Amino acid sequence: MMELIKDTKIDFIALRKKAFIVSAILVLVGGFAFVMISLGKANLSIDFTGGTNVQVRFAEKLSIGDLRRALTDGGIEDVQIQEVSGTSDFFIKTKLSDTEKESLASKITTILSTQLKGAKFEVLGSNMVGPGVGRDLKKYAIIAVVLALLGIIIYIAWRFTFVSGIAATIATFHDVLVIAGVFYFLNKEFNLLVITALLTIAGYSLQDTVVVFDRIRENTGKMKSRDDFGNVINVSINEVLSRTIVTGISTAISLGAIMIFGGEVLFDFAFALFLGLIIGTYSSIFVASPIVYAWRQKFR
Amino acid sequence: MIKSLKLRFILILVFLVVSIVYCLPNVVELGGVWKKYLPSDKIHLGLDLKGGMHLLLELDTSKLMDNIIDRRMNSLKDAMISDGVRFLGIDRKGSTIIVSIRPDQKEKLFNVVGNKFSDLKAGASKPEGDLLSIELLVPENQLASIKDNAVNQALETIRNRIDQFGVSEPVIVKQGENQILVQLPGVKDPQRALELIGKTAQLEFKLVDEEATARGESGAIPADDEVLKIRSKNRETGVETTAPIVLKRQALLTGELLTDARISMGGRDIGSEISVGLEFNSEGARIFDKVTAENVGKRLAIVLDNTVYSAPQIRERISGGKASITGGFTMDEAKDLAIVLRAGALPAPVRVVQNITIGPTLGQDSINKGVLATLLASIFVIIFMVIYYRYSGIIANVALALNLIYLLGIFSAFKATMTLPGIAGIALTIGMGVDSNVLIFERIREELRLGKTVRAAVDGGYAKAWVAIFDSHITTLITAAVLFIFGTGPIKGFAITLIFGMIINLFTAVFGSKTIFDWILAKYKPRTLSI
Repeated sequence: MMELIKDTKIDFIALRKKAFIVSAILVLVGGFAFVMISLGKANLSIDFTGGTNVQVRFAEKLSIGDLRRALTDGGIEDVQIQEVSGTSDFFIKTKLSDTEKESLASKITTILSTQLKGAKFEVLGSNMVGPGVGRDLKKYAIIAVVLALLGIIIYIAWRFTFVSGIAATIATFHDVLVIAGVFYFLNKEFNLLVITALLTIAGYSLQDTVVVFDRIRENTGKMKSRDDFGNVINVSINEVLSRTIVTGISTAISLGAIMIFGGEVLFDFAFALFLGLIIGTYSSIFVASPIVYAWRQKFR
Repeated sequence: MIKSLKLRFILILVFLVVSIVYCLPNVVELGGVWKKYLPSDKIHLGLDLKGGMHLLLELDTSKLMDNIIDRRMNSLKDAMISDGVRFLGIDRKGSTIIVSIRPDQKEKLFNVVGNKFSDLKAGASKPEGDLLSIELLVPENQLASIKDNAVNQALETIRNRIDQFGVSEPVIVKQGENQILVQLPGVKDPQRALELIGKTAQLEFKLVDEEATARGESGAIPADDEVLKIRSKNRETGVETTAPIVLKRQALLTGELLTDARISMGGRDIGSEISVGLEFNSEGARIFDKVTAENVGKRLAIVLDNTVYSAPQIRERISGGKASITGGFTMDEAKDLAIVLRAGALPAPVRVVQNITIGPTLGQDSINKGVLATLLASIFVIIFMVIYYRYSGIIANVALALNLIYLLGIFSAFKATMTLPGIAGIALTIGMGVDSNVLIFERIREELRLGKTVRAAVDGGYAKAWVAIFDSHITTLITAAVLFIFGTGPIKGFAITLIFGMIINLFTAVFGSKTIFDWILAKYKPRTLSI
């Protein structure tokens, strides 16, 4: 039998105060990031801000500077250009959107072929979002997150206890905020896929929390001694620890494969999920269960 | 769980065979008899993988309201004149028409409105000096249904245009209140498609006001005139130039009365101008006949979406209801113009609020990368499970393989759309999917440590792990369902993968792997378990 860990007896509950401090700092940072994102002062994708994103592939290497100069000379200023590492692909992002006369993508094509004479390139794809759409999208994103969390609280409250539902939701919020914070400070772009990743993280983190809660519920029945709830939690977490680690590894393997081989579009998505995997595992052990414990200490 | 091992295997096998049958068209081209009886649909690829165009169009409903109120006002004016109602002014303010009349004409006016304009409602009437100013308005609910009809009409028109343009499997649906979603998979020339779909194609025939045009830009323009641009195109260089032209505001004839529009090559000479020939219905022909008869010598402007294409002089009365538009068109332009005129005008202009275009190279790139990532993820996870759980790991891997095959089968059978995030979802399903087996195996190990027999440990492990597996699947399903409801295109693809993946996983990872365990335990009765 191969075992990564054996008969652990870690006192997780004793570590809860330290964990709460760490989490409080993380959540504060994440909360700050969330405010900045809501105010639009983050690297938001054109899905939310409106604008145009054009992906161009050149036959030969080209420097960002040359590309930027070509666009500026052609009359498109205020562009963000991102090079896809290891290729001669570029993302050209601008706040401008289509006019009634012509689409911005074809305007950029015209500019590039006149300014960069002789350079062979292909427009791989383009994405134009009008200014009104982003507002709707933000609204829908918020409704989606709220609904998902509400559904989860209700389900967990029904299957476990109300306090568990609250604790699981706090843990989930914690995870989503922390990932949002990390993305904000790495100046990663918030696009629809990243929002999707955040919701998926919520799902994954819950899966972890539910497994721990399930064991606590089972052991509470078995151990009966009400005064030592902390012990029940510790035993339960230790019992499921090997599962947590093995599943974590197998999920990390899949995500690693997407990050390395899945291409530019999926990288950030998988990266967010990867962070979520780590923070979600942490929170089900150090946030969700200790909250239930702290609640019981206080009100019983 | 079903007791009989045989039954359980049959169930698994039936699902497997059905899934494989549904998956087959993706791998091999079926021919002959097979094609007739077996499903032949490939997995439906989303635009991000297939390449194509995704457009979100918004109908300018305020413009539509303007048009409708304007038209009401004009016909009310005509009706008042023909019924002898003496009025001193007619104007509009927003969606309200205001008529000023002498008090003694009030009854006559209401008679006209009552008889001919059932959709107009009388509002307040205020005395202004010795005049009365009467408000007439279109009721709110009527406006709402007009808006609704307009969106549906626009949708039909766009569908017609796309059908005639020739795109396979287009998606054209209404979204929200006044938006239309158009998806054109694999479209070759997105710019041309956009122009074809987005053109309002409001065709009007108006008389040129020669005097006002001659006065030039500095001159004053009569109230019932308007200044438009006349387009002319150099046929050698293709350069377009425009010049102002003054027209009578009232349209004598509109595109609504067209029955046909076809491209025609003009004369027999090579290089003669390409034009679009128009044919009117009998009412249109009658009006055209009358208009040309009354205005011989004057110029009649052909106006498309407020641009004058040509303004030929009427040399003689034209009967038969035929006309043509010229304007230095290229073959493609003329072809597209004929399509939009045949399909009819949009009730109001549309605005493109979202335009995602994905070239075929990018799509293929994404497929290659996504498939590679998924394959490697599977291989690594399979190796990991065998290293960690030995023979039991192999059982988990069989369950995983079943999970994948069922998933692809269901995707094909339900004609669900696979997107790039969807492929990532498959890779993720692999990683998260083994979780069920990990939970079970860890439980079995615990039971074995307690000194239970292999049989009891396996049964106990499955029974105890079930609750946690079920609960965790439900929570993931809740988030996936929310993503499915609120997500757009690619995200929906991810949500679908996750939903199908989770449901199938409950079957394969629990029912499937347990069946294999039970079979091995019954057949070999092992004393120890390789786990």
